[in-house]
Amino acid sequence: MMRRNLVAAAAALAALVLAGCTDQRSHAQAVYLLVDTSGTYAEEVDKAQLIVNYLLGTLQSGDSLAVARVRSRSFSEKDIIAKATFDGRPTQANAQKRVFRDQIAEFTKTARGSAYTDITGGLIQGAMFLNETGAGKKTILIFSDMQEELDKTTIRNFPIDLKEIRVVAVNVVKLKADNIDPRRYTGRLEAWQKRVEDAGASEWHVINDIEHLDALLKS
Amino acid sequence: MGDSPRWMIWPENIALSALILFLVALPFLYAARKPAHDLLRSIGRLADGPLRLAARWLLAAAADMKERNKSVLLAHGREEVEQHIAREFERVAALVKRDLEGYPALQRKLLDEITRVEEDYRKCGEVPPPAPEWVEALAAITTIKSNGNEMVQRVLEEINRSVTEIHEKALVEYRNAYETRHKILDGFMPFWRSLDANLTQADKKLSSLHERAAAIDAQMERYELIVARSDKAEHGLTLSALTQFVVATLVMAIAAGGALINFKLIALPMSEMVGAGDYLTATLRTSEVAALVIIFVEATMGLFLMETLRVTHLFPRVSNLPERLRKRMMWTAFVLLLTLAGIEAALALMRDMLIADKQALLQSLAATQQAAAADGWLAHIPTAGQMLLGFILPFALAFIAIPLESFMTSARTVGGAALVILVRATAFVLRVAGNLLRQSTRALIIVYDVVIGVPLLIEHWVKASRGAAADDAPPATRTVLEVGEQP
Repeated sequence: MMRRNLVAAAAALAALVLAGCTDQRSHAQAVYLLVDTSGTYAEEVDKAQLIVNYLLGTLQSGDSLAVARVRSRSFSEKDIIAKATFDGRPTQANAQKRVFRDQIAEFTKTARGSAYTDITGGLIQGAMFLNETGAGKKTILIFSDMQEELDKTTIRNFPIDLKEIRVVAVNVVKLKADNIDPRRYTGRLEAWQKRVEDAGASEWHVINDIEHLDALLKS
Repeated sequence: MGDSPRWMIWPENIALSALILFLVALPFLYAARKPAHDLLRSIGRLADGPLRLAARWLLAAAADMKERNKSVLLAHGREEVEQHIAREFERVAALVKRDLEGYPALQRKLLDEITRVEEDYRKCGEVPPPAPEWVEALAAITTIKSNGNEMVQRVLEEINRSVTEIHEKALVEYRNAYETRHKILDGFMPFWRSLDANLTQADKKLSSLHERAAAIDAQMERYELIVARSDKAEHGLTLSALTQFVVATLVMAIAAGGALINFKLIALPMSEMVGAGDYLTATLRTSEVAALVIIFVEATMGLFLMETLRVTHLFPRVSNLPERLRKRMMWTAFVLLLTLAGIEAALALMRDMLIADKQALLQSLAATQQAAAADGWLAHIPTAGQMLLGFILPFALAFIAIPLESFMTSARTVGGAALVILVRATAFVLRVAGNLLRQSTRALIIVYDVVIGVPLLIEHWVKASRGAAADDAPPATRTVLEVGEQP
């Protein structure tokens, strides 16, 4: 009896040591890509496919990726075009990536422009998705001109929560009005930066050259 | 003004302030001369004593360690030489069994051949019978003069004919006899050759035995030196251990390179088995640890294989196992190693497949079309190479047990010698530091006297003028000299 107790105690100790050795922090990365399909920006959707392909090539097993469109009201799961948490086995992860690639290719062919642009709704939806994944690094990529336009009934003027999430605005093209007065462009970006930082985001970046995205995602 | 130090009497003139203060302090310094000297001497002794003691203790410890190292080294050397000698005797036994086992037969053969050669030689000695005695009579007849006598002439002719006939017959007999002797002598040749070959063979066998005996003699000489605990033996063994240590380290570094290649081969495919998303530490994936574990298990199996084959002796319990159990253990280790080698070959193949799959995915994701990869048997060479490496490396790693054993045994000697040197060096540094401190305090005493040199000179003059020969307080110059001397 004594010996059995000793064995049980040793096993429990070994389990504790093993559990202690394992790094419990999540090393996975989760990326949520918001693709603006409103107005003239819908023409840029092909570039979004390049970004998705780049992400598919970069993300590893265990990482999560979701692509959602930004429409008149974007706070909805229905706006998520494709999402996946890549399997731990590399072969399975590659198969998932192929399916993902096909889904996005299909989306780019059928994407239609929307009347309004609800970026905030997309951000809230993205934050919810990222927090659910439990990933260690969470990133929201906003593929948009960052010009938010809401209809009268949509309410988005309230504080949002983006704690521990990195927000990156990608391919922020200049509008006609920005060309007339560049301060509008910088003012728009500054306003978004303030809003995102007020929401508790860990970082805010603007990347117009996709090649710079590589260094950011690896950091 | 307000920023000047408080001790400055004239804030504008530092030198003058310092001089005034010095002059004020001088009588006090003169009065406190003896206690100040005593204090400085005490400080010197206080610092020097423990340092000297520590240095002495370290030297004693180094001597102890050296003696212990010597004992261990000699014991190890003795064991090694004993093994060498035992091995040499085993070789001699094998030689005797293999070569000298047939020595009686060889001796019999040699004797037979010698007997036969002797007989033949005797036969050669049998010369043909000498010429008959009538030859002398014939010589007498040749002196007879015929004088035209027909009777005598006929008799002489008859004699001549008979003699010629007999001569020819005798000549034939002689020729036959010599021919027979030549034949006998000719028959000698194979026996001589055989005899020569047998003797050469025997000589060769004996010379290899002689070589082994010389080797045993050399080992015995070494053994005697070790038993006598001579410095020569210790020096030789230390040098040998150092060489072994360097060589073993080098070989182990090469083996580590092999293990790294092995790790690279199986780390990626292991992620297919244990998953790529789990981490043990911030940078160490579980799959990488699994790959490392496999390599370590292979090395361990190799270690046990070498141990059970009695190539290495790291675990005395293994070599002392019963023969049957040892063989079982050996086969188990070999089978496990073979299985792991097979698994590695399969993992290497899988790695190639995974890389190809990833490459295909990246190509399909890239906007531009990549050049098609070379197909055919050329494309399979890297795969086959990886598989072969995956299969061979575990067996190559198994041999790491041999340098590991050398490393372990020589590390004790090399580490011990290095420790002795380190301890001695520390003792030397402590001794030097102690001496420096003591000499520094003496120098300080001299400096003190130099500082209060003026009052000391006055004291000296006063005493000289009084003419007091036996004075309690020594003169200033004498004091200055005294403080430099040994206490």
